Amino acid sequence: MHSTLLISRELPTLQYTSTPERFDETWSAPLATLLGLGRAAGADFIEFFLERVNYISCLAEDDIISSIAPRLSRGAGVRVFRGKADCYVSTNDLSFSGLKSALEKGLSILGLQLPSENAYIPEINLEPLRDYATLKEKDAWLSKCSSMREMGEVLLDANSQLKLKASHVQSRRAVYFRDWQEVLVVSSDGTNARDIRLTQSVGYNLLCADGAHRSSIAKRVGDTSDPGFLRSWDYESNAEEVAIAAGQMLYADYVESGTYPIIMANQFGGVIFHEACGHLLETTQIERNTSPFADKKGEKIAHENLTAWDEGLSSTAFGTIDMDDEGMPAQRTLLIEKGILKNFIADRAGSLHTGHPRTGSGRRQSYAFAAASRMRNTYIAPGDYTNEDLFASIDKGIYCKKMGGGSVGATGQFNFGVDEAYLIENGKITKPLKGATLIGEAKEIMNKISMSSNDLALAAGFCGSISGSIYVTVGQPHIKVDSITVGGR
Amino acid sequence: MPTINNIATDAQEKAARLGIKKFDIYGSTVDENSVQVDRGAPKQVKASNRSSVIVRVWNEDQTMGVTSTTDVDPSGLELALKTAYEASFFGVKENVPDFSPEASAPIADKSDEKAPQAPVSELLESLLEAEKELLSAHPAIKGVPYNGLAQRDIDRFYLNSDGAIRNEARSYASIYLYSKTEEEGRKPRSGGAFRISRSLEQLDINGCLKETVEKTISHLNYEKVKSGKYRVVFSPEAFLSLLGAFSNLFNAQNILDKQSLSTPESLGTKIASPLLSVCDDALHPDNVAAETFDGEGTPTRRVSLITDGVLTGFLHNSGTAKRLNAQPTGHANIGAKVSVGSHFYHVFPGAAASQEYSLANAENVILIDDLQALHAGVKALQGSFSLPFDGWLVENGKLTSIESATVAGDFLELLQSILFVEKEPELTPGGVCPRVWVDGLSITGE
Repeated sequence: MHSTLLISRELPTLQYTSTPERFDETWSAPLATLLGLGRAAGADFIEFFLERVNYISCLAEDDIISSIAPRLSRGAGVRVFRGKADCYVSTNDLSFSGLKSALEKGLSILGLQLPSENAYIPEINLEPLRDYATLKEKDAWLSKCSSMREMGEVLLDANSQLKLKASHVQSRRAVYFRDWQEVLVVSSDGTNARDIRLTQSVGYNLLCADGAHRSSIAKRVGDTSDPGFLRSWDYESNAEEVAIAAGQMLYADYVESGTYPIIMANQFGGVIFHEACGHLLETTQIERNTSPFADKKGEKIAHENLTAWDEGLSSTAFGTIDMDDEGMPAQRTLLIEKGILKNFIADRAGSLHTGHPRTGSGRRQSYAFAAASRMRNTYIAPGDYTNEDLFASIDKGIYCKKMGGGSVGATGQFNFGVDEAYLIENGKITKPLKGATLIGEAKEIMNKISMSSNDLALAAGFCGSISGSIYVTVGQPHIKVDSITVGGR
Repeated sequence: MPTINNIATDAQEKAARLGIKKFDIYGSTVDENSVQVDRGAPKQVKASNRSSVIVRVWNEDQTMGVTSTTDVDPSGLELALKTAYEASFFGVKENVPDFSPEASAPIADKSDEKAPQAPVSELLESLLEAEKELLSAHPAIKGVPYNGLAQRDIDRFYLNSDGAIRNEARSYASIYLYSKTEEEGRKPRSGGAFRISRSLEQLDINGCLKETVEKTISHLNYEKVKSGKYRVVFSPEAFLSLLGAFSNLFNAQNILDKQSLSTPESLGTKIASPLLSVCDDALHPDNVAAETFDGEGTPTRRVSLITDGVLTGFLHNSGTAKRLNAQPTGHANIGAKVSVGSHFYHVFPGAAASQEYSLANAENVILIDDLQALHAGVKALQGSFSLPFDGWLVENGKLTSIESATVAGDFLELLQSILFVEKEPELTPGGVCPRVWVDGLSITGE
């Protein structure tokens, strides 16, 4: 009887022609063949992640454009599972033979043998290409973005605004980048999905100096869906905000170390939740047994005031994605509701290892990384208080208006820097402070977030972890933390 | 993957076709295998073989543009050359980067040192054994949540349209182990170590294991430390990480960009205690990751940065050297704007110390083993830092682990407050350095 199944020995004779400049339907057949080959070798699951990137950054320093740096990239990652063990192989070679070599390497590492030359290659039925790029009219995005000339013009105009608004300026920088990424995810469970992401960010770095006094303030805004984003950047108000903050901090005293009640501002203040809790709800941490919340689902882990979300759906937010890097549509995931832990953030491998359901959170920096459970837009929900209520509740404390970066360690201990802080005395802001670092234990701090204001706002950020640096949103309303250790002088 | 000679030939052909007369290319290929394990089983195995190049093109007006790409076949190179040419019309018009005057200068000690890669199964076996030994070293050690064993081959090259061409190849193997404890009624504690070597065969896995065990156990019995000013001893790794965070002090590009704590006039001034001397030495015999040329093809070398407390040198690329009337030092990273980066610090005692100190009889001294979260706690342009650390309180030679604390200060003040630079250097991944004693730093504990 004639079989339509491919036989192993026929593989070298196959001639595939995939469109080089677009991950369209022509990629389905060769990838399905390779998935079949992987299954024939005994792999339980195989995934191909293909990526093309067209990135450019532009830097204005004082009154010149000092750097325009385009970067072009293409590559693929092949992930092979055998039971719960997995292997990830990445390559720049997107030819059929290049992808086949990468697959064979992955199979070999997991101790799997290629099928004999007379073996049949199972057919993998892929879903019809789920093309978010075409469905959402993203194919023309790149051509609608600002040209190199326009980038330069906007940044120089923006930098001239800083010159007008700031004093004691040592250096002014305006920075822009555009990251255009096309991805295709094809896997042996039938997933066949394509997307285009357009991430842009622009901002200022201002350094002021007066004798031994120095202050440096940065501000950045970001977007994920508007090719005209740079054109509509409101640099005048951003310049004013940065200039005022730098002026305030220039002569600020160093904070006196100790334990204080603090108020954290909205927007980037959300980094506290991101670091102190968000990372510990990723299945990556559950797998490693480095999360104190691993067995707390359904239990109270935070103050009853606190509800928090992680989602990929907010339009234009920096962590918004139509699908994750494993081809799963993004979701809105309730993490904590009134202090009760509701859900974890899970990717495919994390789900396999921990049993928690996938949440469309498998993310990675590029084809060089296997996807891992990562946050998207993560924020504390607004509460019933006003900012006045929060300040009025503090006799002596610190207002953390602008946070720097932070991190969380293997024991749940977190820390982050404060770029712009003020002393609160008797409910009022009295003077600027610098040099503060907030330190705490995740389990303890979550029960000390006792008041949330009603002014939720989000901010663009970057998150570095096991699968590289990715774009995320952090956010919160103004919140009060009853007490926290503040490192200073 | 194309060879360097293929890339050179392809680039010349494509450039000629596009009418591009002046260009240079820096690139590398990396072939890497790495493994992680989890409780006696492989967790993830990774393998990669990737290439990338950075192409710089000068147009008829002698302005320069750049493009980087991972697509190094002829069509990818052509696109990169075209894009760089387009970008060149927006390049700077003053202080335009140029070829290094030393791009063809002889490299004294050039040798390719690739080691054969061990099979992945051998990597897994070694790491599983290390994890097993670590878990059995002490009942409180319940996991090794972060671990990895990797081997990597790197080929790098530089070529330009004037005929300069250089390449070198190296192999490395590295391991990290980071264990965590759990005990009833106690907070989890952790400790870790890292080793790097030229090959798996030479890799000191046992040393890494032993250090991880010692550090982890040493933190089991912890106490809070009172906030206040302390005499602090930095471990070699901790001091080097702080020095690296404030490397703008020596970075000529940062200085010219006014993004530094130094100015061109700082050269020759006393910036530290006379007890301290610092060099950057890419070719130090202990530097496993030694590179013989930088991104502009300039040979690397030993550069004196601080001599007996006096700032004696900056790190340069060819452009900063020209502007500051100095020689390139082999520290360039090419790009649209050529940046400068250090290679391998060598910290050693400067002037003779009037008094020597020892942990064996130290009282109320903080020994900092490892500084954390430098990306968040260092304000490199302000000179200040406030950082969590792993360390111990030392009383008459007895070490007690500190539960949780931060150290804060001003880096320039810290350099002036150095009390003692010990004689015995230690090799770390970032350089060679002894323990460094500093007076009067703020510690926040309870």
